[in-house]
Amino acid sequence: MAQMKYFYELTVSSSPHAHSPVTTQTLMRDVLIALLPALVGSVYFFGFRALLVTAVSAAACVFFEWIYRKLMHKDSTVYDCSAVVTGVLLAFVCPVTIPYWCILIGDFFAIVVVKQLFGGIGKNFMNPALAARAFLFSWPVLMSNWVKVGFSNAAGLLDTADVVTAATPLSSMHQGMLPTDSLMDLWIGRVGGCIGETSALLLLIGGGYLLIRKVITPRIPLAFIGTVAVLTFLFPQGNDRLAWMAAQILSGGLMLGAIFMATDYVTSPLTGKGQLLYGIGCGVLTVAIRYFGSYNEGVSYAILVMNACVMLLDNVGHPVKFGAGKEAGRK
Amino acid sequence: MAFSFFGGIHPKENKSYAEHEKVQAFPEPDILVIPMSQHIGAPCKPLVQKGDHVTVGQKIGDNAGLCVPVHSSVSGTVKGVEMRPHSSGSTMMSVVIENDHQDELCPDIRPRTPEEVEKLTPEELMGIIREAGIVGMGGATFPTHVKLSSGIGKVDTIIVNVSECEPYIVADDRLCQEYPEQMLSGVGIVMKILGLSGAHIAMEDNKPEAAQAIRQALDPRTGMVLDVLPAKYPQGAEKQLIQAITGRQVPSGGLPAAVGCAVFNAATCKAIHDAVYEGMPLIRRIVTVSGDIVMEPKNLMVAVGTSLNDLMEAVGHRENPYKVLSGGPMMGVAQFDLSAPVTKGTNAVTILGSANRFAVKEPHCIRCGKCIGVCPMHLMPVRMYRAERSGNVEAMKKENTMDCIECGCCAYTCPATIPLVQSFRTAKQKIRDAAPKPAPKA
Repeated sequence: MAQMKYFYELTVSSSPHAHSPVTTQTLMRDVLIALLPALVGSVYFFGFRALLVTAVSAAACVFFEWIYRKLMHKDSTVYDCSAVVTGVLLAFVCPVTIPYWCILIGDFFAIVVVKQLFGGIGKNFMNPALAARAFLFSWPVLMSNWVKVGFSNAAGLLDTADVVTAATPLSSMHQGMLPTDSLMDLWIGRVGGCIGETSALLLLIGGGYLLIRKVITPRIPLAFIGTVAVLTFLFPQGNDRLAWMAAQILSGGLMLGAIFMATDYVTSPLTGKGQLLYGIGCGVLTVAIRYFGSYNEGVSYAILVMNACVMLLDNVGHPVKFGAGKEAGRK
Repeated sequence: MAFSFFGGIHPKENKSYAEHEKVQAFPEPDILVIPMSQHIGAPCKPLVQKGDHVTVGQKIGDNAGLCVPVHSSVSGTVKGVEMRPHSSGSTMMSVVIENDHQDELCPDIRPRTPEEVEKLTPEELMGIIREAGIVGMGGATFPTHVKLSSGIGKVDTIIVNVSECEPYIVADDRLCQEYPEQMLSGVGIVMKILGLSGAHIAMEDNKPEAAQAIRQALDPRTGMVLDVLPAKYPQGAEKQLIQAITGRQVPSGGLPAAVGCAVFNAATCKAIHDAVYEGMPLIRRIVTVSGDIVMEPKNLMVAVGTSLNDLMEAVGHRENPYKVLSGGPMMGVAQFDLSAPVTKGTNAVTILGSANRFAVKEPHCIRCGKCIGVCPMHLMPVRMYRAERSGNVEAMKKENTMDCIECGCCAYTCPATIPLVQSFRTAKQKIRDAAPKPAPKA
């Protein structure tokens, strides 16, 4: 027998034996980094309560995920940071005045009902943050209690008394009028709205970061925002088409939804063609709800409806396997 | 170069470990284990018995059919003909030879003069290549004479594969720098057999020194051209390389000859030269012994039959090895018994430390679709994985699992670190098992 000089504990596994540094955790971390500008902006616009609501929401999501996996004797998935992303996103689509008990219910619904009951990360068919937002509209008054920017600390850190409620740009447009806020205010985010949705500029900065880091592709955001732009340009209310279109694009949750929600891997289609159709569908539904719905914002419901279509959209645009397409066999 | 291929990845190349190490002759060990199957096809039948005396280059195994012979890499005594561990993970009938260190050359081995070589017909050349036991040395180990004989009349483009897209491995890079004339001479023989007046030498742009060496040795009158391709894994995969060089796509399930192409590894070309001019069968090859915990990475000229353990001792390592691979990290085979020998297809031994641990206990697919974007075979690994997990063989077939080349791009990229290639190997086996068995021959 060949003499073995020494023995090692060698690991045997299937190839490949190398892995890219990108993991679910680094992807989620990149999403959180991309959300930071909007978070900083929200503190500037709405005061420290915005930060506190976001932190509470993120912590609660992590806690619910941890405790559920623990009680169900499943492996812990809190390290992938996806629960933190859900928590931050849910806070971003709530008004800064939301009571803490209310956002905690939302966190529970997002993590336990929408995500874990379907099997945890990767298995949920709806975006947990958006589904929770839809659920929180069981308290419609709390969910549409907008503060006026500049009265930033009107909402106290711990209580919600003495808030000065204000109209949002979307509520003006829902009545067929251009918002009183200037386009510049909409661009910067100095308008009423949910914690993280008001500043198109800061959200686009985050989106650019995600594109550079190749976390997302531009397909869904471009198809989504592009469709809204085309439809609002073609069917304006009032005389100024361009101003109407710009106001529609810059207000409400469109930027946040298109860049951070509709691009959620788990609840968006796999193929490029499917993603385009999904983005277009989101855009059409958003405009339809904004124009014809009784509530003035349509982004979150549009995305949720399209989430439910992903199973179908996954069946379009399959790549043609190597050696089976038109090029195959040609000399 | 106007062409490339879809998908692919850019793993950390890690070639700097060994790329400037000159090829050194590795002293033949005292005991060599020479497996009877180092090629795709029928295994050889041993031609020697325990106690026989063998010489360097003596044929010690052969068989009819799709087979090439194996030869003794040293002179000495046969200690046994028995099952021994093989780098594929199984055991294999092997001839164990005790080296007498006399280097007594087999009397059949005789160099040929250029004039003699000039007179050889393509049939004679293919006979020499078969008798020398030459196989594709990039790892696929398909018998070269069969590729040549089946390509005559069908092939219009010869591609010499020096892509070497696997991380760490620099064996072909060094070969082109140190033996460019022999390599190109081998290409000339291939051209003569196939009756063609040109060949593409395909190299990735991360080997400027090898490219320079080839350029200097290349005689443009031979019709050979050097094509430098942007580095991308898996450039060296046959079908992807053909597409990158010619723009042609080998049909699914087809061979390169279907689009008029034949691809030969650089080391194979040098082996052809050695067989035809020196009369020397394939008994040695260049092996890159490298890895992130290796103290002195080396490129070694190793006798077939040398154990992986001998090579590991020659380079040393800083910490306990986590994995020892025959091949590179993308497609190499993890070893558990280091007494397994170097074979004709072993281009590298890669020794990795525990920093390369990335597997998780329960991976969760997040449907990011990154695997679809990197698959060079235009497949949807995410759906193939789901099909395999469901156990539905029809779904596995429908997702074209059999077209997977196991390059590992998907598993490398997968943020959830799902062992996708392992899943597809399982799926392929399930598909094979489910196929109706051919009726036994009467």
